[in-house]
Order: sequence, then structure tokens, then C-alpha cells
Amino acid sequence: MKNIRNFCVIAHIDHGKSTLSDRLLEFTQTISERKMQNQALDDMDLERERGITIKSHAIQMYFNHSNGEKYTLNMIDTPGHVDFSYEVSRSIAACEGALLLVDASQGVQAQTISNLYLAIENDLEIIPVLNKVDMESAMIEEMSDQLIDLIGCKKEDIILASGKTGIGIEDILNEVVAKVPAPSGSVDLPLQAVIFDSMFNSYRGIIAYFRIINGTLRKGDKVLFMNTDSQYTADEVGILQMDQVPQKELHAGNVGYIVTGVKVSKEIKVGDTITTVENPAAEAVQGYEDVKPMVFAGIFPIDNDDFEDLRDSLEKLQLNDASLVFEPETSVALGFGFRCGFLGMLHLEIIQERLSREFDQDVITTIPNVSYLAYTTKGAELKVNTPADLPDPTQMDRVDEPWIVAQVITKPEYIGSIMTLAMEKRGSLTNQHYLTPERVELSFDLPLAEIVFDFYDRLKSISRGYASFDYSPKEYRTADLVRLDIKLNGESVDALSALVHRTKAATFGRRICKRLKELLPRQQFQIAIQAAIGGKVVARETISALRKDVTAKCYGGDISRKRKLLEKQKKGKKKMRQIGNVEVPQKAFLQVLKLD
Amino acid sequence: MVAAIIKEIALQKEYLLGKPLQSVYFGGGTPSLLEIKDLELIFDAIHQHHSLAADAEITLEANPDDLTIQKLKDLSKTAINRLSIGTQSFFEEDLKWMNRAHTSQEAKTCIQAAQDQGFDNLTIDLIYGTPTTTNKMWEQNIQTAIDLNIAHLSCYCLTVEPNTALDHFVKKGIKEAVDEEKSAQQFEILMQQTVEAGYEHYEISNFAKPNCHARHNSNYWLGASYLGLGPSAHSFNGDSRQWNIANNAKYINAIEEGLLPFEKEQLTPDQQYNEYILTALRTKWGCQLQKISTWGLGYEQYFLKTVEPYLKEELIQKNEQTYTLTSKGKLLADRIAMELFI
Ligand SMILES: Nc1nc2c(ncn2[C@@H]2O[C@H](COP(=O)(O)OP(=O)(O)OP(=O)(O)O)[C@@H](O)[C@H]2O)c(=O)[nH]1
Ligand SMILES: [Mg+2]
Repeated sequence: MKNIRNFCVIAHIDHGKSTLSDRLLEFTQTISERKMQNQALDDMDLERERGITIKSHAIQMYFNHSNGEKYTLNMIDTPGHVDFSYEVSRSIAACEGALLLVDASQGVQAQTISNLYLAIENDLEIIPVLNKVDMESAMIEEMSDQLIDLIGCKKEDIILASGKTGIGIEDILNEVVAKVPAPSGSVDLPLQAVIFDSMFNSYRGIIAYFRIINGTLRKGDKVLFMNTDSQYTADEVGILQMDQVPQKELHAGNVGYIVTGVKVSKEIKVGDTITTVENPAAEAVQGYEDVKPMVFAGIFPIDNDDFEDLRDSLEKLQLNDASLVFEPETSVALGFGFRCGFLGMLHLEIIQERLSREFDQDVITTIPNVSYLAYTTKGAELKVNTPADLPDPTQMDRVDEPWIVAQVITKPEYIGSIMTLAMEKRGSLTNQHYLTPERVELSFDLPLAEIVFDFYDRLKSISRGYASFDYSPKEYRTADLVRLDIKLNGESVDALSALVHRTKAATFGRRICKRLKELLPRQQFQIAIQAAIGGKVVARETISALRKDVTAKCYGGDISRKRKLLEKQKKGKKKMRQIGNVEVPQKAFLQVLKLD
Repeated sequence: MVAAIIKEIALQKEYLLGKPLQSVYFGGGTPSLLEIKDLELIFDAIHQHHSLAADAEITLEANPDDLTIQKLKDLSKTAINRLSIGTQSFFEEDLKWMNRAHTSQEAKTCIQAAQDQGFDNLTIDLIYGTPTTTNKMWEQNIQTAIDLNIAHLSCYCLTVEPNTALDHFVKKGIKEAVDEEKSAQQFEILMQQTVEAGYEHYEISNFAKPNCHARHNSNYWLGASYLGLGPSAHSFNGDSRQWNIANNAKYINAIEEGLLPFEKEQLTPDQQYNEYILTALRTKWGCQLQKISTWGLGYEQYFLKTVEPYLKEELIQKNEQTYTLTSKGKLLADRIAMELFI
């Protein structure tokens, strides 16, 4: 065990974690030259297409040290985007050390700081790495100073590296061996292995990834999953290299996978502890903190018959994305579906994409909102995750909304426009701190509802990319919140209701009405589209009745052409949702939210 | 081409199962370019391989500028007994907008000349909904046709077919798009004015003086069999449709080798039902419950169920076992047919 090191690679988004990992894999010959490709650990199509890491990825390497010893290194490459921070926090919990990467041209950014704090809280040994030093724009002196300021390390502790050219790779490996403590568990104690990730494989069932704290896990062992209290046989155990490599046994300190043939998603939970039936551990290792979703939205199958399939798909997806939460929800307009919680809008988008690509489930997503707390006149506290949960105004004392503290790191010249943006989003500046004369950290109090939607994109554009942003929940504050309902010919469409701040309700209502006017097909009667708060209409549009719909000529060849066209229309119509007397195509629900 | 068509007549002699032909229609493209001797060769072939009913309706489609007095004289000596004259409008503005080669005066002169040559059974096309056509002009167009004592009118709303020059101009904003409200009003004017003048509105776009229905076209809507000859021509035998390839050279080559160059589509009962609804609903003969029941009880029940709301909204009316569109319903014929589809 003294020759095992477990570490993760953490950084702000795009600072080169996955590229640096490539070089480590190459140097240790974990991956053959033939199989090498850029960001080799980003093995999901979505990751490759978007050029970002979405999932943490664990991999085992062997390193022959110049001291003659052979070391087993378990590395976890983590994502940088805020929406995937739950992946980072679980990775950190499975390690004793972390490589903290900083892009030598970009310097310390918001997620550099937040991920560093997370690692420090978990007592990880931090190895500071100034990355991308090959770039012409690299400012090695200046950025080293930033790092020294931030971690309180010595200048000699900082490794200069490049994932592109391979500078500093061996230094990094030596430093990992020298500084990261070997795991501290004991092989002789009863087995305790913590599940930090899992995935569903349609042939093999659920595959769970774990870190062994104490004891030994052998192929064929009868194992107990302590929290779900279920027993299985370890059909296969092994280590994670570029492929899964089966082993006879795995010991404390190591990272590996287990296959038990379980196919029911509910039976395996990330954070659970595996022990043996024969010699069980006295207690489970403390699991992970529950994920706190930031945004909620309804997800509904396009075809109502697919509800059970959607449930099954969400459960399977949850195995591989522990930050996804969901519970059943019903909508008059859309039927049965799920209210899902996400860590942000990118997360929501990725879930939608993965449902479609991996499970062939195309879904309708309703207008997202954050989670509110409503207090009734009788003093009861209610969690409001969906517009339908908001109590009637007559029975409501007040609603509180979540506020966050936001850290923005930028150049001084952008302070003005960033402040304007924060004001527009109902925020206030609480602190301004110069990291260096050229870099300033601004702290804002902001309502969460204002930042989850388009804050980040706006921030990036007004600062020409020179602003990074991180946030954490702060408190609940009373909000002037209203439920905006959309009505078609007087009939409310629950799936289009939204919780919005009163000052923004009318504008939002107008946008939705206008969009619906473009999306709804004309019908034999006039359609009134209204946005209303309580009984009061704040926006309206009208779609005039279809006056004439008849083909002029219908002879010989026209007949089958026309039939085919009408048959196609009929097919589309069958998929429409009926709201009162108005037929609403699926695409209206899908596209109404693409407001811009 | 004529030789190929004559050969196709022979190759297809079995298609109509030897039943006597009730009508022959020379249409599509510019059949008026055919020389009299070509027409005669075609008639010879028809007589040789098919039997032609004694009172068959034989129509030739022509544009006013093709029909000189001499041409009309020659045609009057052939078996052709009905002319379809592509008039479009009696207004210069409209004709210009539609890029027509003839003038409104030529149209009137041609119609009168045809009547002088004994062609009493005339049909003309008129187009409404054109941006240049006001309601007043449209009324006058209809009145001119009535005054000229034309037996049969086909009146079409201007449609912008995708990928045509017109479509291109409309998309670029060079030409105005069809105004739905205006074309609806002109359709209503049309229905009223023709009926008052003694025409029967027997199909969405067709109006006839008593006993002057286009027998040929009516057969399309009544589901009768027909044989189409030449490139792109469509044929129907009750449960399958087929159409010749469009390319002239390929068509001629195939026929020369004794092959019939068509694609064929076998209609399922659902498709047959849908086509019946689509076509029959457009006519005064309407959808017959008895005919629908020939596909089975399920179809009959489905029809009765789906037609119900339209009876209530007075878009469809029922007379015994026959269902026809009301005037209001005629404006929405396609929409209603779609709703009644399986
Ligand atoms: N010049 C140079 N470019 C680099 C280096 N490392 C990474 N890049 C580039 O930086 C971009 C981001 O690299 P990634 O390795 O995907 O960054 P990451 O930190 O894994 O990104 P996320 O996982 O999405 O947070 C890519 O375009 C890389 O080619 C480096 O050392 N030098
Ligand atoms: Mg990455």
C-alpha cells in the first residue's frame, strides 16, 4: 500500500486538465501510441463534440520511479464547469492529493479558487502546476505570484508544465510520489469500499466504481451494499485502465470496479459502502453530501406511452450522473412526467442530450425555475419546486427565494459593465478586492433565479471572456414572486406556467406570447394567447382563424400527392396536445423556451 | 413522341379491361401543338386497341393564342368535341402578372371563334386571388364568362407551387403573396354569382351548366379507372396508381423497346379510403356511406364518429346517406378531409 497514490486533477474550466492527463497516460505507457487521441479520457461523444469534460474519469497508471520502486497511481481527471462540481467533490473525496492546474496565460480564476477550497477542506495535499507554459502569452512570473498568494506555497513548489509539449510531466509524477501520502487504511480490517460512481451496461448490468478504504475484495465474494442492505456476488472485480481489467482481488487503498449482475438501478447508490457478508464492517463510511439542485424543470415524454421508459432511462442515467434528481410530476397539458433537479442550465442541456443519445428518449422540458420557500398564512413552510406548488395568493404569507454569493474575477476595466449587469439582475456589490493591480475579485449578493439562466453568457460577452464566475448558496430572502400563467382561449396551460419576479413578469409574458404566436398552427377559430398573473392579463396575442384551406386542382396525379400531404398532416396532428379547444404541437412546447 | 404515345396505346390495351372509353382528354403541356394528322393517328390507334363510346367526351386543352381560326376549323373536323381554353382572366393586368402570352381581347375573340366553329361545349380556366385582381374585377371576369355563354368553368385560386419562378419571386418579395382573406372572399363571390347564373357548383373548382359537367374530370373524383399516356401521365385502376417517368427521352426510349416506364403504388384500404374522402368530399355527389361500408364496418363507424363535429358546426351536411360540404365547409375542404382521414 505504501506504493499507491490516489490523486485528482482539478482546475478552472479549460485550463488543460484532460490534455495534461493525456501526457501522464503516455509517459506511464498506460495508453498505447496507436490508441492515443487528444483528451483521451473524454470518452463520451458529447464531451468530444463540445470539447469539455462532463464526467470525472478514474484511471490507473504504473510509474517506475528513478528510485527503483514501482508505484500504482490512481488518477481522476475532473470537469471544470460549475455545473459538474458534484463530480469534482466526489473525486476529491476518493483521493489524498490533487494537482491544481492554472493556465499560465489566464491565471487564477473563479473555479481555481472554489476547487482548491474543496480540496483543502478534504485535507488533500495540493500540488500547484502552472500549465500551458508553452504558450507565447504565458506570464510565468506573474501567475506564479498569484498561485503563491493563493495557496501560500513556495516558488520552488510550483511545477511548470505543458500538456501540449510534455514539459514537466516527469516532475509531476515525482512530486505526486513524494508529496501525496500513501493511503492510510488497513488490508486486515473488514472490507469498506465507497462507491463514487457507477454506470449501466445493458449486457453486464450495473458497474460500480469504488475506492477501497479498508480490507480486501475478492472475485466471488458475497458482498453487502450497506445502505441499500442488499447482497450480491462479486461476479467480477478489477481495475480501471483504458479498459476494465479483471483482477482476482483488490486491496485497501486501491480504486476499482465491481460487476454483480444487478440490473435494477435503485439497488446501487453512489456514496454507498460495500463490505463482505462473511466479515462485515461495523459501519458504513460516511457517504457524500446530498447534491443541492439549483434549477428545476419538468421533463415529459413526447409520447405519453413512453412514461415508464422515461423513468427507466432517468434511473439508468442517474447511475452515471449522481447530481440528477427527479420525482414524478403530472401536467394537464403534458401528462405524466418528472420534475428534475439540475446543477445549472448546462447540466439540464446535457441531461436532455444524453437522454436522447443514450436512451433514445426525446423529451419536452418545461420552463426551469429555482426552488422557493412559501409560507402560508397558517405558518406552514412549503418547498416550491414547480409553479403548481405555489399556494394561492390568498393563503400565502410570503415567498422566499434563494440568494447566492457570487465571486467574479476580472480586469479592472470591466468593473463598470459587470456592476450594471449585477444591478439589472437585482444584485448588490458586497466586496471588491484587488488580487493584483490587473485583477480584481468582485463579490455580489444575487438572487439565484437571476443567474442560472443567462448571467454567465452575458458576463462573458460584456467582459470579452475576461471574467470568471463562481457562486455558492447564501440564504433565503423574501421575494416579490408571481406565477405567470399562459392561457389559450382562456384555458391555462400548466406546462407553460413560470415563477417570475413581479418586475420581470410582463416582459417575460410578452416574449412567450409572441413566440407561441409563431409556433401554434392556425385553426378554424381564433386563438387568444394570454399571459396572466392571477386574474390579470399582462400580455396577449391573437392568432386569426383559418379562413381558407382548400387546394384548387385535384385531378389525376394531384390526388395521391395531396393524399400524402394530408396524411402527413394527420400524423402530426395525432401527436398534438389538446388544450381546451386548441391543438398544440409538441414542437411548440420544445421551442417556446428558446426565446432568443 | 407521337409515335411513342401511339405505341403506348397498344402496349396498354389491357389496362382498362376492354371497357368502352367514356372520355378522352388531351391535356398537360401544350397538346394544341399537335398537328391534325397526329391527332388522327392517335384516334386510329385508340379505335384499333380500345373501344370508344359513341357519345364520348373528347377534350383538347389549348391556350387562346394557339387557337387560330384555321386551327379551330381543322379541329372541328376531328373527333374532338370539347375545348378547354386556358383563359385565366379577361384583364390585362392579371395576364401580365401571370406572364401569359395572350391578351384579354385574344381570349374573348378565341372563345367566340370556337363557338362559331360549332364548339358549344367549352370550358375555360379563370384564376382568382391574384394580387392584381380586385373583388370587382373578379366579379366582372365571372360575368364575362356568363355573358359569353360558356358551358363550363374551372376556377382556381392562385397557388404558389414550391420551387417555381413565382415561388422564388414571392419569397424574394418581388411579387406579393396570395392574400388568404381576399381569396376567401373571391371564392365566396364565385360560388354565389355562378349559382345565380344557373351553373351548378359540382366540384370545389368546377361549375357547369345543366348536363355540361366535365365527364372526364368527374371520373377522377368518382374513383373510376383511367389510363394516362405520355411522360408523367398518371393512371388508376381502382386500387393502384401508376405514373410514367417524366423524362421525355427516357420515356421514348423505353416505349421503343416495348417497355412501359412507370412507377406503381398499390393502395392499402386505408389509403383508398383516404383518397375517397379527399376526392368525394369535394364534389356534389359527396361521400356515400354505402361506398364507405365496402371497406368494412370499422371504416363506416370511424367515418360516422369523425364526421359528427363537422355536422354540428355546419361544415358538412347530410342528406340520407350522403355527406357533402356546405358553402362554409368548401372553404376548408382540405382541412376537413385531413381530419376525416384514417
Ligand atoms: N498551448 C497549449 N494548449 C493547451 C495545453 N493544454 C490544453 N490546451 C488546450 O486548451 C484547451 C482545453 O484543454 P482541455 O485539456 O480540454 O481542458 P480541461 O481543463 O480538461 O477542460 P474541462 O475539462 O472542460 O474543464 C484545448 O483546446 C487544449 O488543446 C497546453 O499545455 N498548451
Ligand atoms: Mg477536461
